[in-house]
Amino acid sequence: MKSLKLTLAALVASAAFAGVAVARDQVQIAGSSTVLPYAKIVAETFGETFPDFKTPIVESGGTGGGLKEFCKGVGPETLDIANASRAMKDSEIEACKAAGVTEIQEVKIGYDGIVFATDAGNADLKLEPKDLYLALAAEIVVDGKLVANPNKKWSEVNKDLPDAEIAAYIPGEKHGTREVFDEKMLAAGCKATGALDVIKAAVADEKEQHAKCIAVRKDGLAVDIDGDYTETLARIAANKTGLGVFGLSFYENNADKLKVATVSGIVPSTETIASGEYPVSRPLFFYVKKAHLGVIPGLKEYVEFFTSDDMIGPDSPLAEYGLVPAPDAEREEVRKAFVDGKIM
Amino acid sequence: MSQVSTSPSMATLGVSAKPERRDIGLRRRYAAERRFRLFGMAAIAFGLLFLFLLLFSVVSKGYTAFQQSMITIPVEFSEQVIDKNNERATNPQKLVSANYPVVARNALAKVLGVAEDDRAGLKAVNGMISDSVRTQFRDMVVANPAIIGTTQTVTFLAHGDLDSAFKGQIDLSVAENNRKISDKQVGWMNTLVESGALSKHFNTGLFVNGASSRPEAAGLGVAVVGSLYMMLIVLVLSLPIGVAASIYLEEFAPKNRFTDLIEVNINNLAAVPSIVYGLLGLAVFVNFAGFPRSAALVGGLVLTLMTLPTIIIATRAALKAVPPSIRSAALGLGASKMQTVFHHVLPLAMPGILTGTIIGLAHALGETAPLLLIGMVAFVADIPGTPLDPSTALPVQIYMWANEAERAFVERTSGAIMVLLIFLILMNVGAILLRRRFERRW
Repeated sequence: MKSLKLTLAALVASAAFAGVAVARDQVQIAGSSTVLPYAKIVAETFGETFPDFKTPIVESGGTGGGLKEFCKGVGPETLDIANASRAMKDSEIEACKAAGVTEIQEVKIGYDGIVFATDAGNADLKLEPKDLYLALAAEIVVDGKLVANPNKKWSEVNKDLPDAEIAAYIPGEKHGTREVFDEKMLAAGCKATGALDVIKAAVADEKEQHAKCIAVRKDGLAVDIDGDYTETLARIAANKTGLGVFGLSFYENNADKLKVATVSGIVPSTETIASGEYPVSRPLFFYVKKAHLGVIPGLKEYVEFFTSDDMIGPDSPLAEYGLVPAPDAEREEVRKAFVDGKIM
Repeated sequence: MSQVSTSPSMATLGVSAKPERRDIGLRRRYAAERRFRLFGMAAIAFGLLFLFLLLFSVVSKGYTAFQQSMITIPVEFSEQVIDKNNERATNPQKLVSANYPVVARNALAKVLGVAEDDRAGLKAVNGMISDSVRTQFRDMVVANPAIIGTTQTVTFLAHGDLDSAFKGQIDLSVAENNRKISDKQVGWMNTLVESGALSKHFNTGLFVNGASSRPEAAGLGVAVVGSLYMMLIVLVLSLPIGVAASIYLEEFAPKNRFTDLIEVNINNLAAVPSIVYGLLGLAVFVNFAGFPRSAALVGGLVLTLMTLPTIIIATRAALKAVPPSIRSAALGLGASKMQTVFHHVLPLAMPGILTGTIIGLAHALGETAPLLLIGMVAFVADIPGTPLDPSTALPVQIYMWANEAERAFVERTSGAIMVLLIFLILMNVGAILLRRRFERRW
């Protein structure tokens, strides 16, 4: 009797630990929190449109974290798709290859605009990259020399800006949004103010020049927000003169509380971003594990559904939510590349 | 002999009418006590103030989530829209993929008097209807294809923006193009309210629907089921393991350096940040043992590991609190050590063990961090049938909703917090009742 009980317990324990790598019957996705709302809309509509397939699971967790999990290997216990708000880095592709994920298909879903906004009660705001550089860089050029940023008020940066303390809530360094902010605003401003030339004279290494251009001041006037846009919105509600960085779709959902700033005179909108007039935008992607196509039920259909014009075209639910659709030819190219099985 | 000791002080005592009072610091000591009471009351008042603020902010924002705006109008299930070429007999797929939102839109447009060729008007009408009508109408038609061609009075969800506007959560004084709902739609909303077509209903969807990108259709169903599975797994695993471990450590194990070391480690584990258990769970259960990602089973196992130290510590304290006289009496009457523990000590320690377990469970119910790494912070729309299916948990759903951009998710976030608080209150009341029921005093 006793030995029977023991064997039973041992059986249960081994059954619990061995060979439960069951086949999965729904698509598993993780990655960027910027792509998350779009992926959710597609996943939900996919589940409703194809009753034969289960609704895909979309995890949040950031571009970097998602790609890391994605690159863990091939098999039903690993992810099928990683959402990314930036292109995959070479180091990430290498890591993927090392773990056996050799065939990855890249799918570009459209563009995301990044907007600058303050509280709705403020006057209209016109920003230039150089204003943000002069307000937020760690070091700026004064009388031909690099000094710690002395500006305390927006009006000191540009007399057309309000006479208020500088306070900017920018995405933290783990966000894909930060990279776009660094490139399109700080680096551009660095060049426009002529600071780049001074830095070039001081530092020889090109990478270091760039790093100096995009270094943000650490004296508390520029605040890194590691949470989501909701946190930035709360910060602006608390400090009415603060400037926040948002995604276009988030701004559009909260347009009654925020006033958006023009950049180089252009009002951000789906149209101005699609045409390339508004400078601060970036492409959004997802990456598909080719080895899982045909193995995980619904994966191929999900990708095809996502890339169809019903989802990412100009008059689609994603565009309605705030995604900036890619031009017609580019969308066609994305679909063709996926069908042809083009890998990175 | 004893009479010798007549006290000489008797005489002196009688003489002095007022004995000199010794300064025993009475006033100072009373003052200290009063001060301490004041501190205590201030501490409680401070705590209550913040409890009140928390509850006020949650309830004032969240109570509206329990009601949802619904539109009740006659809907014509037009054959023209659903199955134009009458193929449903040969191709049942036709009924599944038909454009049901158009059915709802046409019905509402008819009620509001919007012409069929007014494209902008129809688009605005469409913006007042939830996209969830697609599945609602589809299920109706698939279940009973005979309703095609008839007109039925149907109640369906209004769009989240209309719901927010109806509940007064959208500031209608700002410029029209800065808000999600146009003046025209507000006018229609008022017409519908007057005619009784638009009204608030109890929000059953909040409790039974899965996650959704449409706020009006989003619910806690997946999260509640997932939390329930995890709590069951935690209870079934951690109670027997925890109690067995503590009985052995407390009653049977020799007291030596090794058991001391174990005790220190258990106390340490109770204070380890919960994200660490998430990392462990990812490495052991998902990557090594091959359990599916995002499954409630893995979440339950991780939370079990997290709860075990709490339960062991509580159980050991409860066992220690049983007076040694009980053990001695049992042993003295000839009971074996095992009989002593299981017949006498354990029943007396039960209330303490159960309280500790329930508090451990309540703690596990509120955890999100360890679930992040095993993929349970996710968008899951289908209600999980077994613990092996992907699911989320209540606190995870709160976190996900708190990060949504749409206004209608604000009330839902607070509503979900209220649901979680109710669960926690129920569990803690259960702990108190159990303690009352079984408590014994010596």
